[in-house]
Amino acid sequence: MNEKITKSGSISRRRLLTTVSTCAALAVSPFRINLLQAQEATIKIGFPVPLTGPYGTEAQDQVRAGQLAIAQFNDAGGLGGRKAELVVRDDKLNPGEAATRTLELVEKEKVNFVVGSLSAAVQLAINNVTKERGIIFNSISQSDAINEAADFSKFTFHEALNPHLTSGAVGRYAFSKFKKVAFLTADYAYGHEMVRGFLEVGKAFNIENLGDIRHPLGTSDFSTLLPRIQALKPDILCISNFGRDQQIVLKQATDFGVKKTTQIIAPLLSHASRVAAGPQAFEGVIGGCSFYWGIEDKFASTKAFNDAFRKMYDGKLPTDYGALGYGGVRTVLTAVKNAGSVDTDKVIAAMEALKYDFYKGPQYYRKCDHQSVQSVLVIQSKSKDMKNESDVFDVISTDEPNEANLRTCAELGHKS
Amino acid sequence: MNELSQPYPRTGVAPVSWFQFATRHRASIASLVVLVFPLVMPFTALAVNILIYGLYALGFNLVYGYLGLLSFGHAALFGTGAYLCGIAIVHFALPWYAAIALGILGGLLMAALIGVLAIRTRGIYFAMVTMALSQCVYYLFYQAVDWTGGENGLRGINVRVIDVFGIKLNFLNPLTRYYVIAAFVIAAFFVLSRILASPFGAVIEAVRENETRAKASGYDATVTRLITFVLSGGFCGLAGALQALHLSIVPIEILHYDTSGVVVMIALLGGMGTFFGPMIGAAAFLLLENLVSVWTVHWQLIVGAVFMICVLFFPAGIWGTLISRGKP
Amino acid sequence: MAGLSLDLIALQLFAGLALGAIYVLFAIGLSLIFGMLTVVNFAHGAFYMVGAYVGVYILMLGGSFWICLIAVPLLVGLFGVAVERVLIRPLYGRGIDYPLLLTFGLSYVIVEFVRIAFGKTGFPFDTPEILQGAVNIGVGYFPLYRLFVIGATATVLLALWLFLEKTSFGLIIRAGARDPQIVRVLGVDVAKVWLIVFGIGTAIAGFAGLLAAPLQGVIPEMGGTILAEAFVVTVVGGMGSIGGAVLAGLLVGVVVSMTSLFAPEMAKVSIFALMAVVLIIRPQGFFGRAGLMS
Repeated sequence: MNEKITKSGSISRRRLLTTVSTCAALAVSPFRINLLQAQEATIKIGFPVPLTGPYGTEAQDQVRAGQLAIAQFNDAGGLGGRKAELVVRDDKLNPGEAATRTLELVEKEKVNFVVGSLSAAVQLAINNVTKERGIIFNSISQSDAINEAADFSKFTFHEALNPHLTSGAVGRYAFSKFKKVAFLTADYAYGHEMVRGFLEVGKAFNIENLGDIRHPLGTSDFSTLLPRIQALKPDILCISNFGRDQQIVLKQATDFGVKKTTQIIAPLLSHASRVAAGPQAFEGVIGGCSFYWGIEDKFASTKAFNDAFRKMYDGKLPTDYGALGYGGVRTVLTAVKNAGSVDTDKVIAAMEALKYDFYKGPQYYRKCDHQSVQSVLVIQSKSKDMKNESDVFDVISTDEPNEANLRTCAELGHKS
Repeated sequence: MNELSQPYPRTGVAPVSWFQFATRHRASIASLVVLVFPLVMPFTALAVNILIYGLYALGFNLVYGYLGLLSFGHAALFGTGAYLCGIAIVHFALPWYAAIALGILGGLLMAALIGVLAIRTRGIYFAMVTMALSQCVYYLFYQAVDWTGGENGLRGINVRVIDVFGIKLNFLNPLTRYYVIAAFVIAAFFVLSRILASPFGAVIEAVRENETRAKASGYDATVTRLITFVLSGGFCGLAGALQALHLSIVPIEILHYDTSGVVVMIALLGGMGTFFGPMIGAAAFLLLENLVSVWTVHWQLIVGAVFMICVLFFPAGIWGTLISRGKP
Repeated sequence: MAGLSLDLIALQLFAGLALGAIYVLFAIGLSLIFGMLTVVNFAHGAFYMVGAYVGVYILMLGGSFWICLIAVPLLVGLFGVAVERVLIRPLYGRGIDYPLLLTFGLSYVIVEFVRIAFGKTGFPFDTPEILQGAVNIGVGYFPLYRLFVIGATATVLLALWLFLEKTSFGLIIRAGARDPQIVRVLGVDVAKVWLIVFGIGTAIAGFAGLLAAPLQGVIPEMGGTILAEAFVVTVVGGMGSIGGAVLAGLLVGVVVSMTSLFAPEMAKVSIFALMAVVLIIRPQGFFGRAGLMS
């Protein structure tokens, strides 16, 4: 309760600002003809992320980790001497702004690739702009829609998890233990996608669906919904929302005493949310995530990533979103190296052929929708026995990489 | 008091001040500026955004600056234009010109709908009603997921080639896209200028200045207000349609009251009740936002502070202050 | 509908009252400021948020929640007084829109300042120990803290009512709301009255923010949504009417609570639709004065 106000990551923020302002100064200055020669050779990766707004912390983590991938690529010699550069822009978590920024990155900065986004709506907007112009976009946040045929294009890649995969993993773990399930769902695309994933897994486990209660996005008071839920007497309460909505509902559910009789599960638990909401609200909640630094005991790649990140950023450990930023950029750069060029079609082919283990174990991109097939960690929040201030979760189970856990290509509308 | 009310001196050949010249040829001057604009902007997409928000503010200005009614619901008009244009292309595969026409129509109809409900209220209440009604529009579009994409926005407004009388223009080329959109904005300038110079334009200002007297002179104030609001909807609808084509998406945020707030700020910043004000305001606002957000993540502080300074010390806005200083 | 019982409805009603209590506190400040100064305070949400953050800060310094209950309204009220004196007073006589626009810009500035000072992720705010847990109110278990919120709101309302009805300063305020010109003629310094009213209004908003903090945590953006919803309350109740704000606040809380029971997706639309309907049929709301603002 008595937390100090700490300026976290002040050094890396300075670096971020320096990078951004250097890029901007270069871009805005009229005397860039000389620099154009040098820029021709640099491999530019556009990186639109929500630096302002409620997910600024996660976004800055993404930037830090992305910079690490760039640094590693450059230190290893780049592409035959050609270095890479991250061109960071603030999309303000607004799809319209993201589209404008992407237009700037593609038309003015002439980036070779785009990696980024931290919201479903934003990544779809970026994707629309990049695919029309034939630029590869590797999305690093959750969305089900981006795998679907309507939004997909050969230039679209998805390094992050999707709601179906995440809720499936958590469902597979929880529904094996309890059968009476109630759902509390945020009434927007992402919420619907998560519930859909849960229900599909639930069918296989024969759960008893006690009801799905919807709440509007941005609800700050769940007091009108929680009594209703408690009256249903569920063994499991499955809460499908994200960010602030999730923090608030977990807090209020704790206040209402829901945890005494019910196990709360959520499809996605993010590090930043856990830190913001505090230990009490999240205590005992089970959910999924793409990455947790704690698995370094299991994978050498994780240890290497953690160590490199700690070295570059003063002992800080990477979070789930950070890891996605790293993976998103590193896969693109590795494909460039494998292809030996920045030619779009060659890089696409290289990415499709890529089998990689960069930070969490084996991964690869499925051909029909370029979804990264990867593991999902099932985690539980904790507040005791913490090895360090970042040790806020226990990994209680892992859903191994398996294409069967994704929606089928046909289901997504892809013709074979 | 605006450019319209400047009298000509009567002796011999009238020496025309720069101000009178600007007023008479305001649409042409604005058009000229628009044509050279992209060459001085950091990047073309920003220049297009300035055009679009300038047009949006132009429409808003008709109601706020010339008529004197503060509306906090103009996002509904802007957004409806954008969505109808987008839906026409994505769900009905209509050609681009039909989509733009539908966008304008959408703006007109939504303005008529909101106007009919709101026009009898005045002052602060008008601002509140328009805000409430536009929030209803926001939630309705949000729920109509099959048409609008809901929270994910409407994607797929992909226009690659603009076919004008046989000439094929590459819409993906940034400069080409700018000039196509500029063509519409320039057309809007001329239409607006005509409206303001017409007798109806004078009635609008009469109603603002002294409603009782206008009524005594035989003009129906309520009908005047409604027509002005509807016309405003047409301009905002066009701006929305152009936005949809430019970004190839329509985000749901376009209907949120934040978007209504932005146009209020732009109009004030530029100068209400002036012809060039809205465009200048849009340029100032978007440039400020763009440049400031490059140097610091705290751009909202700067933008908010600048806005407050304007309200306190420069209520006539940038352009308004300039003309009142430079007037002969 | 499965599980729908009288008990559940009663519980929902209670939840609605607790929800409405925060709306009431927020809307009363708005209504007071509008009724007296004819200023629509678009920064009211920012003051609410500042109240919550002042609470966070006091707790960080080692103070208790009970100290906050006194200190927060005082400090926020002082801040409000400063804002009125420096920023809003110069705008009187210029037209109703200007204070509105100024407070609109001010809200951006205040929120960003808080982001700079306290970071953008916000803070959890634990319910004070004594008020944790739930009580059996006959129809089911209800969180103790929410009962406290209802109680605290009632206390503030009572204090406000006594102040307005029984003190001479309250008399001046009521007279000034009815006819500022006469009050000036009678020798009262209207500017000072307005200053104090603005201070009281913002102090109550800050207090509401503090009460809301344990319910939903504290983030810089928390003032935005409640502002829009509170406009509904103020309009439905009648701008300038305290009684109206109370009734409308509770009504809105209950409406949201009940629509959540049957059609949660429609909860948000329902209040804005309500607002639109009231504005069109009876613009002055329940108890506002007709023709108050044109």
